[in-house]
Amino acid sequence: MIRWLLLMLGGVLLGGIVHIATVIILPRTATQDAYSRLSTIAPVNKVTPLPQPTAGTSLMPLMDPAMAVAVCRYDLSQGPLKLSVPVSPAYTSVSFYTRTDVAYYAINDRAAGRRVIELDLMTAAQHEQIPEEENVTAADRLIVESPTATGLIAIHALAPEPGLMPKAAAAVSAATCTPAQAGADR
Amino acid sequence: MRLLFATLFTLFVAAAVGLGATYFALTRGAAFGALRIGVWTAWPKTGTVDADPYARAAIARNGVLPIALGDGVSFSATADDVGRPLDGRCDVEIEGITPQARFWTLTLYGVNGELVANSVDRHGFTSEEIVRRSDGSFAITVGPRASAGNWLPTGGIERYQVALRFYDTAVGVSTKAGREVPMPSVVTRSCP
Repeated sequence: MIRWLLLMLGGVLLGGIVHIATVIILPRTATQDAYSRLSTIAPVNKVTPLPQPTAGTSLMPLMDPAMAVAVCRYDLSQGPLKLSVPVSPAYTSVSFYTRTDVAYYAINDRAAGRRVIELDLMTAAQHEQIPEEENVTAADRLIVESPTATGLIAIHALAPEPGLMPKAAAAVSAATCTPAQAGADR
Repeated sequence: MRLLFATLFTLFVAAAVGLGATYFALTRGAAFGALRIGVWTAWPKTGTVDADPYARAAIARNGVLPIALGDGVSFSATADDVGRPLDGRCDVEIEGITPQARFWTLTLYGVNGELVANSVDRHGFTSEEIVRRSDGSFAITVGPRASAGNWLPTGGIERYQVALRFYDTAVGVSTKAGREVPMPSVVTRSCP
């Protein structure tokens, strides 16, 4: 009897390790996470407007139907990316996610303070390669460092009422994310 | 032989406990750092790089793209003020005022995060289109039958959840439940 209780205790302790291991490994093995769902429709380094969620069809759960959304699935292995998002009349935000859908940076139209949100996205290594003096001359250039080489940019524009949805959708569709040509402007 | 049985037994217990705990944690939303105000719960930290392993695993499992904290914060409610699960066959009133934010949206979802089907194709309100009282407060009636004022149709589904999202707001990781963050009340008015 005691023997079985000890075995049970051992099993529970081992179970704790299994639990921690599965929780940590799960994000790396998930096939139905947001990034994987978007991989099927969103090409790399290109802004793709997402269809509005309806009752029957929704690309991801818990999408806000008042928001027009476009995504740019990025890959920085070939070099940095330039992102340009025109601001919609109501509210515009740009959120950055790692390959495992963890948000690491977000900016909205008010924080950007311009009519077009312009950002350079690069990895930490690429950021270090930029010459120091250029960093200073381009002080108004917003540089975002991505912790992973691949990830997602989500561009949101709010439609304060359903009638304004076309305008919001047009704003996010006009956003661009393109690889920055080396030597062209730096 | 006894050793084999003992080993198998231990491994079986380990698998059951470990996988069971993982499943339970991920389906019940067991991330740390929950901000609870009344019936409303938010996980502001889930929208940051400080998201804990449970939050990361939950994101990977259910496929949501969490709202980044610099963008906004999302609260959800699955029960009313007395703890009764939200029932789409009842009239539920969401009434009160909200914390400071540039915009907010209130949206109805099914238990799996899908939009609720209804005949008028309305799934939520934004702060701009809501009809308010003279003191700035509002009341939204969530129910199967059309009613005056701000009405959100449930289509008569059994269980639903309400998401209240604040965009460009000061509510975040350091927010404590209290007077600065007034959240609307959720009351079940009548049930058939």
